[in-house]
Amino acid sequence: MRVTVRLFARLRELAGAGELHRDVPNDATVAAVWELLTREYPAVAPYAASMSCAVNAEYARMTTALSDGDEVAFLPPVSGG
Amino acid sequence: MRATVITPEPLDIHALLPVVNAPGMGAVATFLGLVRDHNQGRRVLHLVYEAYEPLAEKALQRILLEAREQWPSVILAVHHRTGQLAIGEASVAIAAGSPHRGDAFAACRYAIERVKQIVPIWKHEYFEGGDVWIEGATADPDDAAAREAATRIACA
Repeated sequence: MRVTVRLFARLRELAGAGELHRDVPNDATVAAVWELLTREYPAVAPYAASMSCAVNAEYARMTTALSDGDEVAFLPPVSGG
Repeated sequence: MRATVITPEPLDIHALLPVVNAPGMGAVATFLGLVRDHNQGRRVLHLVYEAYEPLAEKALQRILLEAREQWPSVILAVHHRTGQLAIGEASVAIAAGSPHRGDAFAACRYAIERVKQIVPIWKHEYFEGGDVWIEGATADPDDAAAREAATRIACA
């Protein structure tokens, strides 16, 4: 199946793109997409400890299972206000 | 005007007032967050705010629901700016209407604390000599300790 990956702020800059499309196994979780990303862009790996994630614009967990067409977002620590 | 807005347009605190005004209201507390010309010893030139807009909008809605649980008679409005902001411009505008001033101040303070905790917005600081992404809180709306901390600050 195919998922859209959204990256923001410094994560976006480290990967050089704010939106990616990747093929992942049908039983993939958010964590599987993150692992794929860290293999492709090793510089993002340190964010594993501090980031949040979302699926289809709802906060999610790394263990959240994905479906075809889902949008997975990885969010560095936020700094609004 | 909607109660929650993420917008690249300049914020107008007056636009929030009708949202939180009602015949039973006796007080409105407002908060404006401004772009400051210095941060951690750096001379700030401007900020660029980036948002994950659909989730940021939902996070603002969540803050309104949380506030309603704690202060049932309060009406809140929270607007957040995106894009490039000059020194002195408002990045966030909050208004809290309430029958009495105590709850208005508390809910207003709670809202800005929660914005900083759970709304997916990032500031990119451009200062004299470079630029840096500011990274604050790991966003987790279900983190009860963070929510309690915001309540403690709001009710101090």
